[in-house]
Amino acid sequence: MYKIVSIEEIGPKIRSYEICAPNIAKNAKAGQFVMLRVNDIGERIPLTIAGTNLEKGLVKIIFQEVGKTTMQLASLSTGKYIRDFMGPLGHPTEIKKYGTVVSVAGGVGAAEILSVIKELKSVGNRIITIMGARCKDLIILKDELRQQSDSILFTTNDGTYGTKGYVTDALKEIINKEKVDIIYAIGPVSMMKAVSEITRKKNIKTIVSLNPIMLDGTGMCGACRVTIHDEIKFACVDGPEFDANLVDWEELVSRLDLFKNLEKIAIDNFKRNQGCNCCKK
Amino acid sequence: MPERDPNIRKRDFKQVNCGYIQSEMLKEAKRCLQCQKPLCVHGCPVGIDIPEFIKHLSLNDPKQAMVVLKRKNDFPAICGRICPQENQCEKFCILSKRNESVSIGNLERYAADNTASMDSSNTMIISKNGIRIAIIGSGPSGLTCGGDLLKMGYDVTVYESLHNAGGVLRYGVPEFRLPKYVLDLELCNLKKLGMKIILNTFIGRTKTIKELFYEGYKSIFIATGAGLPIFPKIPGENLNHIYSANEFLVRVNLMHSFDFPNYDTPIYKARNAVVIGGGNTAMDAARTALRLGAENVKLIYRRTESEMPARKEERIHAKEEGIDFVTLTSPVRFIGNEKRFVKAIECMKMESGEIDNSGRRHLSKIIGSNYIIETDMVVLALGLHPNPILPSLVYGLIIDSHGHITTDDSFMTSLPGVFAGGDVVGGATVIEAMRMGKKAAKAIEKYLKNNCC
Repeated sequence: MYKIVSIEEIGPKIRSYEICAPNIAKNAKAGQFVMLRVNDIGERIPLTIAGTNLEKGLVKIIFQEVGKTTMQLASLSTGKYIRDFMGPLGHPTEIKKYGTVVSVAGGVGAAEILSVIKELKSVGNRIITIMGARCKDLIILKDELRQQSDSILFTTNDGTYGTKGYVTDALKEIINKEKVDIIYAIGPVSMMKAVSEITRKKNIKTIVSLNPIMLDGTGMCGACRVTIHDEIKFACVDGPEFDANLVDWEELVSRLDLFKNLEKIAIDNFKRNQGCNCCKK
Repeated sequence: MPERDPNIRKRDFKQVNCGYIQSEMLKEAKRCLQCQKPLCVHGCPVGIDIPEFIKHLSLNDPKQAMVVLKRKNDFPAICGRICPQENQCEKFCILSKRNESVSIGNLERYAADNTASMDSSNTMIISKNGIRIAIIGSGPSGLTCGGDLLKMGYDVTVYESLHNAGGVLRYGVPEFRLPKYVLDLELCNLKKLGMKIILNTFIGRTKTIKELFYEGYKSIFIATGAGLPIFPKIPGENLNHIYSANEFLVRVNLMHSFDFPNYDTPIYKARNAVVIGGGNTAMDAARTALRLGAENVKLIYRRTESEMPARKEERIHAKEEGIDFVTLTSPVRFIGNEKRFVKAIECMKMESGEIDNSGRRHLSKIIGSNYIIETDMVVLALGLHPNPILPSLVYGLIIDSHGHITTDDSFMTSLPGVFAGGDVVGGATVIEAMRMGKKAAKAIEKYLKNNCC
């Protein structure tokens, strides 16, 4: 059992939890993730490690309520326990000096981007960050990202914060203006795919962190298999980071739809049992 | 062994074999000729004194039979159910010449099931030596090795990466072949003996081998198994509703997805399922698909039925339940619909030729024999490679070209004090993994006597 030590609401239906897991905190590195299961009947889901507190043995996770499990996770309060919490999994981000790094964050992808750029900055890279979301409220970790970036741009689809438009618009401007050595893009698949389409043409190395459906998270089942340069890779153990320009995006998008109908049933069931929390403040 | 009606059992996950009642057991046990030089014992990977335990059964003394079994095998309730006896003990039974081998496995199961309520652990007094040993992986090999070391007096901790212990016995073998209460009972016995089982810990990632030594473990046994599924490398293999057998079985066995939405993990309930492969895992997957409600389940295998690696009993059970065996057939590609869900398999007929150097018949494709099998779900049961993650993260641990950890005759790896056994070293069956676990336990004791205390 793993205790929820602190809870912070950092956006609408977006929460940051600190979980007591000293062994994971000790060995976790940027870019890695955990598999968690809320209770005995729960499913296993992957979540990015958004940071650690070594002294207190805490692991930070940031998640958005999108499915049954994240909704259930959000319904827990400080001091409650999560049944299973395992990691750190996947290859850590390769941290080295590239020169100029553009980091592109979409929505909760900002959590992972933040831990990645912290490391990249510490070895002397110049960090340009683009943070995008649908609207102002969904722009999370604003100050933290700003602090770790040499310069930062915000975009919102509706123009309620920063520039109106998409992260890709801002990215195009930057790469037309100056030499970029590497791009890290983490966010919704549609965003990462769009970034990849731009950077492929410019031949700029682009790393993305993929989030396919996972089951065990330890390389045993192949649920998370993705095609990278015509070869099967397991995102859980071979990734989660891959060269964006080698990813078969169409396949990834279609595989994410695998259980769409069943996921909806699970959410409806959960809501029916929980009552609606939509209007609770 | 009495079995449940195929038409009933194929719709639930309850055990297929009912187990002997006393009169059936006695009748079977009395058939044993009590050979002076029993050949059956040589067929047993762990060398159980088979005539001895059967003798006790024939005198209606399962408790004493269990004492004999437990001398060599910690898990008779498991082995009695899932060992491939027809290739082991029963194959060498003198009565096999008349095709009337004593049903040793069934008798083993009877002895175990009828003494299960008796707690043997309380009677066992072990003096502890306080030396700590870490076992990585809670499957058959790890548990056997750990169990033996416990009985030698060592302080044993088993690390498991998943949220429940048992390895392949937990996530792989379905309930209808091995009910999970049998496994839980065995785990409970080991815990009573003092075994510590720590879940959710992926050695290599959560903790390193180095950290384990630093924490005070004097020796480590790696038994991480073979869990990396093989994909056929043909077009369309990543279409939706094409699963590895591991994924399919983990969803059902470990995650209870058959009971969705009472359990959160989803599973697809196919109408026309196809399983590709001919091993026990293929049979398990096919029969599981049936139990999830499939109307038709086809099992495609590239060789003939008699060449299938699956146990005969499993093949018979599968066919009784209505699994359609399509042999001498190989998939060429998977065909998807517009949303990338599988809708058909293009197959090719195969021709079996002369026996080649590998000892198997040479196979060739029959050109122009391609045809389509329609399906809405495919499960790939093409075998497994050793789990590569831990070996890849341990500096200095030597593995061979197949990914197996290299060991010497005493199961020690290239790293001093680090031993390995079970499927991560090689082997294919649960009992073989157990045999390695037992041998490694002895080797670890010898190593520790010479090197640490």
